[in-house]
Amino acid sequence: MSLIQEARAREVTLARSAAAQPAAWSVTEQPWAWAVAALLLIMPVIANGFFLIEIFGTTLILGTIALSLMFLAGYGGMVSLMQLTIAGFAGYMVAVFGVSGNANISLGWPWWLATPMALVLAVLFGTLGGALAVRTEGIYTIMITLAIGAAFYYFTNQNWAIFNGHTGINTVATPHFLGVDWRMDIAFYYLTLAVAALCYFAVLYLSRAPFGLALQGVRDNPRRMAALGFNVNAHRIAAYAVAALVAGLAGVLQVWNYRQISPGSVAVERCIDILIVAVVGGITRPVGPYIGAFIFVILRTFALDFLVKVGLDGNRFRLLIGLGFLAIVFWSSDGVIGLYERWRRRGRPVETRPRPGGHGHG
Amino acid sequence: MSRFIERHPVWSLVVLLAVALLVWLIFAVWPAGLEEAIGRKKVFLNAVFNGITLGGLYFLVASGFTLIFGLMRNVNLAHGSLYLLGGYVGYGISTATGSWVLAFIAAFVVVAIVGVLLQVLVFRRMEGQDLRQTMVTIGLSIVFADLMLWAFGGDFYQVQTPAWLIGPVQLPLMTAMKSSGEAVFLQYPAVRLVIFGGSVVIGVAMWLALNRTRVGMIVRAGVDDRDILAATGVQIQLVFVLVFALGAGLAGIAGVVGGTFQSLSPGEDTRFLLASLVVVIVGGMGSIPGAALGAVIIGLAEQLGSVYIPTYAIVVTFLIMVLVLALRPQGLLARR
Repeated sequence: MSLIQEARAREVTLARSAAAQPAAWSVTEQPWAWAVAALLLIMPVIANGFFLIEIFGTTLILGTIALSLMFLAGYGGMVSLMQLTIAGFAGYMVAVFGVSGNANISLGWPWWLATPMALVLAVLFGTLGGALAVRTEGIYTIMITLAIGAAFYYFTNQNWAIFNGHTGINTVATPHFLGVDWRMDIAFYYLTLAVAALCYFAVLYLSRAPFGLALQGVRDNPRRMAALGFNVNAHRIAAYAVAALVAGLAGVLQVWNYRQISPGSVAVERCIDILIVAVVGGITRPVGPYIGAFIFVILRTFALDFLVKVGLDGNRFRLLIGLGFLAIVFWSSDGVIGLYERWRRRGRPVETRPRPGGHGHG
Repeated sequence: MSRFIERHPVWSLVVLLAVALLVWLIFAVWPAGLEEAIGRKKVFLNAVFNGITLGGLYFLVASGFTLIFGLMRNVNLAHGSLYLLGGYVGYGISTATGSWVLAFIAAFVVVAIVGVLLQVLVFRRMEGQDLRQTMVTIGLSIVFADLMLWAFGGDFYQVQTPAWLIGPVQLPLMTAMKSSGEAVFLQYPAVRLVIFGGSVVIGVAMWLALNRTRVGMIVRAGVDDRDILAATGVQIQLVFVLVFALGAGLAGIAGVVGGTFQSLSPGEDTRFLLASLVVVIVGGMGSIPGAALGAVIIGLAEQLGSVYIPTYAIVVTFLIMVLVLALRPQGLLARR
């Protein structure tokens, strides 16, 4: 099957599922969502390799990791800073079980065995971390997941037997199947797009499924849910497991993208970047993380040139990110989406449209 | 204390045995078999002293963090930046004036002022909004980190130890017995001991101030019920500002200490933020004795770990946190 055909087939499936359940898919609420979807599908025709991978591929991967945080924070009310750690763990596991340049560490399994193994372990890791984190609430959850992330970072730095210390694992093999080298620009772009779309729609679906609704109930009032007979902690831990799977998928793509992984990719600052991405985009809806990731990647790629052009020091990229993040947090608790909606509603009579998940992030 | 022993006899026994073992390992002359099994006593003693003095440093950072959280429920994830800022200010002052003591005063004052600004400009505007505070302080820590990188570059700085504290002191602790029967005593850097003594003094003073003075009473009342306290006519915003200044100032002092013991560089802010997070999670949020206990436990675990199981040292710290969370989610010495 050629790539275009496959992409088209996916578009049809998406359209069909959207038609079957119109209210469930926010993609149908907005006409421009279709334009974005179509644009993403024909992207290889209009964009060159650099834009395809460095901008859009990275955006989709980063956005998917942030999506797992959005799922936990938006629907579960649990802000976890270890989602990047889970993604990095999955990436490390691909490198450890699969084929890489470090023959004494990698077990050399084929990709179709190493990848599921990595995902299973990532889900296990995320669930265990979640089981620990759900014992606490609010700000404590942030601190504990941050501490887990930091512990993993320092551990990868010091452990040479599995994680190869601070040099990390290099030249990780990428999959070849169906006669396609999936690391080629166009193939990899469609692979990331497919995974991102899968995760996006899965999260959207879950948010309307009984599990997701129960989770939102737990977020809004855990005691009431417990009184109704729901096992509050079990729901929360299950949410961590789902989020771990999403983050793990993105982590696998991440390691295939860079073909290497090192402690630098799971550093504490990166963990916080994921929170920034999700918050800047808007943490109440699944599309937010992708918007945030796009802004972040664009800034990261072009801020240096831009800063130099306006006569500033190009190294002040993080200052720009930090100030932008501060501005967003100060003026809109719902990120860029919130700003957009406020701008769109301006001038109209005040309508109180309850947003799913638009609660508890003041 | 006695209530704890009554309620948890098994845990008390375990803790008592662990402390007794540690004390015995420190003071006894090691039998030959033990030296062969786990190495020389000097190495062990050095690790213990490094751990305890590092605990003193962690206490200085974490006590400010926990004080601010305990009273105001303000989550200041920019606390690590305050530490690093204090360190840089101390470095600047000590190289400019050559005075180590002046470095502490300047760091305390400058960082306390920054803390007051934070309280007035940021936290007061978003009282009770935990997540928003968290995110704003994360944003601020990114901005601070980049501004400090801009001003000081990526180099390592070390605050100069004053001449009167350079060199080791001999402690009345035997490390080994020579074949002639002469005892060898432990040599330990004087500056670390003095700083540790300083942090103990600060800790005790804080405890006394909180438990024996009127201001301390107001602060403790504010922790328990802020609204009633405000209703009794106390100027609670003033109390908040003062506590914030004190907490931030302590982080600034800790920065100078850290710059003297170790070094200052970008990244240290995150390291100390995380250390204080782990310390207060272990000790119990909002509790000064908890911060002290947590700091000593984490400091010891880190140093003993890095000597005896270097690969897994950081995991030991983490395991302690997990264990505490599993058994006592509110922390070891928290009241609630």
